[in-house]
Amino acid sequence: MLTLLQRLGQLLLRILARLGRMMLFLLTSLYLMLLPPYHPGRILRQMHFLGARSLTVIILTASFTGMVLGLQGYYTLRKFGAEALLGPAVALTLIRELGPVLAALMVTARAGSAMTAEIGIMRITEQIDALHAMGINPVKFLMAPRLLAALVSVPLLTAIFNVIGIYGGYLVGVNLLGISPGTYFDEIEHSVGWSDVRGGILKSFCFALLIIWVCGYKGYTAGYGAEGVSRATTEAVVLTSVLILAGDYALTSFLI
Amino acid sequence: MITLVDVHKAFGSQPVLRGVSLEVPKGLITIIIGRSGAGKSVMLKHIIGLVQPDQGRILVDGVDIAQLRGQAQDALRQRFGVLFQGGALFDSMDVFDNVAFPLREKTRMGEGEIRDKVLERLRQVDLLGMERKFPAELSGGMRKRAALARALIMDPEIVLFDEPTTGLDPILVTGIHRLIATMHARFGFTGVVVSHDVPHVFTIAHRVAMLHQGVITEVGTPEAIQASADPLVRQFITGALEGPIRAD
Ligand SMILES: Nc1ncnc2c1ncn2[C@@H]1O[C@H](COP(=O)(O)OP(=O)(O)O)[C@@H](O)[C@H]1O
Ligand SMILES: [Mg+2]
Repeated sequence: MLTLLQRLGQLLLRILARLGRMMLFLLTSLYLMLLPPYHPGRILRQMHFLGARSLTVIILTASFTGMVLGLQGYYTLRKFGAEALLGPAVALTLIRELGPVLAALMVTARAGSAMTAEIGIMRITEQIDALHAMGINPVKFLMAPRLLAALVSVPLLTAIFNVIGIYGGYLVGVNLLGISPGTYFDEIEHSVGWSDVRGGILKSFCFALLIIWVCGYKGYTAGYGAEGVSRATTEAVVLTSVLILAGDYALTSFLI
Repeated sequence: MITLVDVHKAFGSQPVLRGVSLEVPKGLITIIIGRSGAGKSVMLKHIIGLVQPDQGRILVDGVDIAQLRGQAQDALRQRFGVLFQGGALFDSMDVFDNVAFPLREKTRMGEGEIRDKVLERLRQVDLLGMERKFPAELSGGMRKRAALARALIMDPEIVLFDEPTTGLDPILVTGIHRLIATMHARFGFTGVVVSHDVPHVFTIAHRVAMLHQGVITEVGTPEAIQASADPLVRQFITGALEGPIRAD
């Protein structure tokens, strides 16, 4: 009985210690991000990697998400004779929930995993030790440009996701199912408020931070060998995705 | 001068260093020999403060490096050049940017001056024309030489070489050894070289130390080591299967 309790206690302590280390890593990264020098070249390179190169996947997922929302929304709303409200249904779903969440999940899958692998490989091939040895803070070198780039790129990608998704819904609702184009956009204009948009933006900032934090930490602490890197990559993607969804619930309940 | 005093280090329950004491004299080249996994890399990492000892001290010119923080630590690190076992070149940068990196980060030199200096080092390691290649596009020997150029770019007083010749063909081995010797003659740095290339590496050595089972078992001039009666050292130098070390 006691040993079971002891084990549970040890497990709990280990988890707390790990959470503490992760928290410390985040706070250090954020602090170092604010210190000069800023290296605009490195930030731009990361924006290209995180943002520009995620565009294709964002455009694809956004169009299909918007289209399926249009389709489902139309048939659901028709039951209540409220097809005219398809525009707001699609737009609000995207702006408040699906845009920030799906864009963040796509960035995690495409760029977050690659980032963990890249930093993990730097760890196991002693590139991080080399930075230390040169008197360069590796956390600043690796994390600062990525954090800044993500804080700009992820909200922008989310905005693009929303716009394309809304047009996807338009395509289905107006061109396929015959709602009038004026109704679609007029109703959106009536029902979408600034608070909806603000909530979505806030979410995407939080998710940007979360992606770089978890994926960066997992790479930075990757274990020995190729196996260590592949495990870190898997863990990073799973943990980030779960945290995005859990965080989304928490943020929503806080914002509503 | 670098002094290790009774350095102990374990990773989890696995002891790696069990009381390493060694003096590395200023301006000379000291070779560390020992089996793979003996802890040679771990020992080098202690010297630059990448790994902290569980017990014992590391002194550089009489100063305990564990006491140094912030700027003082930075200043000390800039006196070092390190050639890591795998080269540790940054994958995301080409050869030129790799070699220029410490200059750009740690000095106020202009791009013109940096360019001259980098090209000079690249010429010395025979890599001119390879500036725009990425590490992944280089052969093993080229990577080592590029890493060597980067390790020497800041004109360090102390250079640590972790297996600079492992995995290279015999001609390249001689080439790298000659390069280390020429650079040493030119800059007079204090060198610590981890190497398996016995006895060839003895041609560039002033002193040789053997690390075995977590302690330095023998130190001496290359001649003394080669003439050593210690069965451990004899076996290591000749690569014999019979002896106190069991091949497993
Ligand atoms: N960061 C580390 N964490 C855990 N074990 C390590 C670490 N670094 C080295 N070791 C272990 O220490 C031992 C000595 O390693 P190393 O110094 O690399 O040997 P070598 O003499 O071949 O350079 C090995 O068994 C290695 O697994
Ligand atoms: Mg080694």
